[in-house]
Amino acid sequence: MQPGELIASDLGARPAQPTDLAAAWATLAQVMDPEVPVVSVVDLGIVRDLDWQAGHLHVVVTPTYSGCPATEVIESDIRDALELAGFRAPQLERKLTPAWTTDWITDIGRERLRAYGIAPPDGSTSKRSLLGESPVIVCPQCGSAHTEVLSEFGSTACKALYLCVDCREPFDYFKCI
Amino acid sequence: MNNNTDLIEYLLRLGDSALIQGQRLCQWCGKAPALEEELALMNVGLDLVGQARNWLEYAAELLGDDRDADHLAFRRDERAYRNLLLVEQPNGDYAVTILKQFLYDAWHLEVLKGLSQSSDERVAGIAAKAVKEVTYHLRRSGEWVERLGDGTEESHKRMLAAIPEVWRFTVELIAADDSEQRLCEAGITPDIATVAAAWQARVNEIFASATLPVPAAPSYFYLNARKGLHTEHLGILLAEMQFLPRAYPDATW
Repeated sequence: MQPGELIASDLGARPAQPTDLAAAWATLAQVMDPEVPVVSVVDLGIVRDLDWQAGHLHVVVTPTYSGCPATEVIESDIRDALELAGFRAPQLERKLTPAWTTDWITDIGRERLRAYGIAPPDGSTSKRSLLGESPVIVCPQCGSAHTEVLSEFGSTACKALYLCVDCREPFDYFKCI
Repeated sequence: MNNNTDLIEYLLRLGDSALIQGQRLCQWCGKAPALEEELALMNVGLDLVGQARNWLEYAAELLGDDRDADHLAFRRDERAYRNLLLVEQPNGDYAVTILKQFLYDAWHLEVLKGLSQSSDERVAGIAAKAVKEVTYHLRRSGEWVERLGDGTEESHKRMLAAIPEVWRFTVELIAADDSEQRLCEAGITPDIATVAAAWQARVNEIFASATLPVPAAPSYFYLNARKGLHTEHLGILLAEMQFLPRAYPDATW
């Protein structure tokens, strides 16, 4: 019972239906990242798990970067979408371990990033090295590998800023982390 | 008295250092020497403020006295802050800013690597997330030290002048007190000797590449951030940072 409540009740609680989890996943596949609205929170690997606990949908999310300003917006969007889809009072759990990694971005997510003009993360995190060369990234506009890094930090903390030497367009690269 | 005093003090040290360094980086906002650096400074600062929130939220829970992370950040006085003396130093010119960032990043990365193995699950979780971000911070600041040190006559001269501005504050990075010793024995924090050796090795490597001389190891400094005894700069920084929440305590965004 929460402070201020006169009557303890859990109107939203109900037993799980066989179609619930599939419906919830489908709903969340339509919740887009606020900064890059072509890729969903499922494609980004932010939603880690869905199950049913104590009569409510239980969603496990993992925030991307420690300082990501979209974390609360994403959680609130997830909650709103699930409520609209008929899941009353979904329980969101923020799970820090294991830490979010770009390895969790799906292939569809990577393709959508590229189509949007953001070069997706190159390879997997296991091949990165500290103080080593920046990876050679293919330009998402013209496909040239003749690109150079302008800054390790781009429009957001998760991206770096590159320039394509051939078509002269700058573009964001989603860093491997 | 709280059973968790040692851990709380340590969490505040981590969180306050990240918060104050983030605040210092904000002071370059709109004034950085190049657009790419503007982006970099603000993004690094954002990462650090996010990490500070994680540490301070945990500290607030352990304190268990109804304070939350916001209260810890915006309502504590200078004497209650536990940040490293290094990060509260003024930004100075870009050489001082980069050097401060590098010395902090080199320490921060080693500490976070050790904390990722902590016996405290929450600490390990926060650290494992932060260590990936700080790897990028250190890469950037290390490269800038090299660029400025082994750069033009002007940049080299300024880097040489920057070293004595901040070097004496590095003594805190390589020594532990009794409280931290106890945490280390409990498996919560890494062994300070390991952190210190790795920090020194990184500094030696980058300074050599930047054609900068490594000064002698810093000796005892009369102030002590672990006891809330700060340099004259922290008070001014906090006055600016805390003014708005203190003046309008009920304001919401």
